[in-house]
Amino acid sequence: MLFRTLADPTRRALFERLCREGEKTVGALTARAGVSQPAVSKHLGVLKQAGLVRDRHEGRQTHYSAQLGALAPLIDWTSQMAGFWQNRFDHLEDLLKRMDQ
Amino acid sequence: MNETSTETLSVVVERELSYPPEKIWRALTQPHLIEEWLMKNDFKPVVDHRFNLRADWGAVDCQVMAVEPNKTLSYTWAAYGLDSVVTWTLTPTSTGTHLRMEQSGFRPDQQQAYQGAKGGWPQFFAALEQVLARID
Repeated sequence: MLFRTLADPTRRALFERLCREGEKTVGALTARAGVSQPAVSKHLGVLKQAGLVRDRHEGRQTHYSAQLGALAPLIDWTSQMAGFWQNRFDHLEDLLKRMDQ
Repeated sequence: MNETSTETLSVVVERELSYPPEKIWRALTQPHLIEEWLMKNDFKPVVDHRFNLRADWGAVDCQVMAVEPNKTLSYTWAAYGLDSVVTWTLTPTSTGTHLRMEQSGFRPDQQQAYQGAKGGWPQFFAALEQVLARID
């Protein structure tokens, strides 16, 4: 999901800018994105769904900011997978207990 | 993040189990048993066989690479843009079996599978690293 979300160059550029420059409005992001405002909003929606950005409404403006914590699995997939496999090993052991010899 | 930019990463999980390798092998290779501890699947212990592991959060695309009954099993594991290989090794011990799982994968910029600007990934990670370095 994270990789897929960030595989799109426009989306990645938007996210990178939010990381670098902090919170921004859709308007400010559109000004330098090279695509239309609806397109920017759509990309931000996808980023939000992936947990990579958060939105904050203030008056008629929506401000977006990067959620760096969401990147943890991407930065270090090994710790994610280690937890996953430890958990699977537990299940495997439970199964072995139940299985006939 | 420096570690991620140098070489292939891997995860190793090992456990001593008080069961013989043959029994563990069944749990690792029979679809209805795999489903009980891992995920729904259409696995077959046949080299080159392609299969999926399915969960409610998505699917993993796999292909069997090596099968040596009761000893070793390996398959590719592709999910979320991560191409990796999972290798199971069963070693008999006096009390049962030493089971080892190693999953090794490749850093993103080594991947051919990425859509979009492939060359963008290393710069992206470099930029991110700078950002992260400034944040506690």
